[in-house]
Amino acid sequence: MIRVFLLMLTVLAAAPAAAEEVVAGLSQNRVSITANFDGSEILIFGAVKRETPTPGDGSLEVIVTVEGPQEPVTVRRKAKRYGIWVNVDGIEVDLAPSFYAISSTNPLDQILKDVEDLRYNISIPRAIRAVGVAQDVEDPENFVNALIRIREDNGLYQVRPNTVSLNQDTLFNTSVALPSNLREGGYLVRFFLTRNGNVLDEYVTTIDVQKVGLERFLYNLAHDRPLIYGLLSLAIAIAAGWGASAVFRYLRG
Amino acid sequence: MQIYLPIAEVSVNAFLLLGLGGIVGILSGMFGVGGGFLMTPLLFFIGIPPAVAVATEANQIVASSFSGVLAHLRRKTVDLRMGTVLLIGGLFGAALGVQVFNMLKSMGQVDLLVKLSYVLFLGIIGSLMFVESLRAIRRSRNTTAPPQRKKHTWVHNLPFKMKFRTSGLYISVIPPVLVGVLVGILAAIMGVGGGFIMVPAMIYLLGMPTKVVVGTSLFQIIFVTAFTTLLHATTNFTVDMMLAVLLLIGGVIGAQIGTRIGVYLKAEQLRILLAIMVLAVCGKLAFDLILQPSELYSLGPGTEH
Repeated sequence: MIRVFLLMLTVLAAAPAAAEEVVAGLSQNRVSITANFDGSEILIFGAVKRETPTPGDGSLEVIVTVEGPQEPVTVRRKAKRYGIWVNVDGIEVDLAPSFYAISSTNPLDQILKDVEDLRYNISIPRAIRAVGVAQDVEDPENFVNALIRIREDNGLYQVRPNTVSLNQDTLFNTSVALPSNLREGGYLVRFFLTRNGNVLDEYVTTIDVQKVGLERFLYNLAHDRPLIYGLLSLAIAIAAGWGASAVFRYLRG
Repeated sequence: MQIYLPIAEVSVNAFLLLGLGGIVGILSGMFGVGGGFLMTPLLFFIGIPPAVAVATEANQIVASSFSGVLAHLRRKTVDLRMGTVLLIGGLFGAALGVQVFNMLKSMGQVDLLVKLSYVLFLGIIGSLMFVESLRAIRRSRNTTAPPQRKKHTWVHNLPFKMKFRTSGLYISVIPPVLVGVLVGILAAIMGVGGGFIMVPAMIYLLGMPTKVVVGTSLFQIIFVTAFTTLLHATTNFTVDMMLAVLLLIGGVIGAQIGTRIGVYLKAEQLRILLAIMVLAVCGKLAFDLILQPSELYSLGPGTEH
């Protein structure tokens, strides 16, 4: 929440009189993880509000990022030791989003300058905070790249150029598929308007992803009352074992 | 039908889990083993985090062993006294195993440890069982083989002797306690009941009669895996009740079917089939360790700063 607030502040401070502003909405700002949760598709749409006519130079571009909760990650690397493959070294990435999707009207490198990326942390490598990782490996960048590669393969990090459709420089829409192996937490949705690679305006909102119902109950019980949860698991196991045996004995007569 | 597992935090197909539980249940009913040594690697394959797979599998084994032990209690093929002695060792071993597991988890070597234990124990047990049952089959072909005499080994010279009436044994409590400790450690680290190591150890090391071995092994496995479940639930929060329920529904039904199938097969045939299966799992895991993995890097949860 504090981050959102700070971002809002920087936006307000940086763009006192933005010529073009984003007005945006989501199809839902809550995602409930129920027992049969199988991913969710979020429709993201919005419009560009402007007081003055469109400037003639450069085309207007839209970037939308959806970012899951940040968490520390350990990345380990295997090497051959004594004939078998073992984890030999690893690094600790301070914070990496559990989910990250970038949708844009065009490939990111064509519509965003590096300095703007540096300022707003838009591209995937920028969204990962790996500042203090230079610990005891020579090539921490390989580890960070591996983190991105593995998560891209799992569909947790998505780079989707040309997926935002922009109509008459005013209306835009896109959709982001949230995978089924989703973490709980606040998902930050950021909208950027760029022209000539410069960010004109930024708008931030959140999607609340939460376990509900049985999922919520079990998760809370497991963490708040672990002993009771453990005993309950055992009771279910014993009951099922006894039940199956009794039912089959009955069936045999 | 996809179902979201609250602790594992992944979404998997419920019928896949029921099916896996069922197949492993049939095998465990046929061979009198918990089936954990098959189920835990299978859970890794379908993307359940290893820590959750190990802890939840322990919970599932409680169900299948309990279902099995009821049948054995009715047939009076459980040596409760021997079971209790094994159990004392087992609880101690399980506590030790969970400590080792947590220590290695923080070092990032838990996968290696689990896999190495699998390769080592499955390899040894599988080969022993394979050779032994081949010999048994050959012996049953030419039935002229002389009856075996009870051998007096070093096991019989240890102190603290105790009478085990159901097994017809008068031996020291030290070997059963040690077997219990070993199986307890394995239960905690590998997410298995340890039947596949307990059964041969009881027959060859303690010299127990085959008919009481399976029931007694199941009896003590219930308590050791129940204890392991509680330890994992309270220290790691990694027992997934939803996953456990799906697996054990399939598992207990499968186990009952498997027991019926087992009746139609000869003991030696059963054992050679089990040996082949154990060796196959062992071979697969060994290859994975030796061949270069396609992805050298792996991700794990980081430590909170």
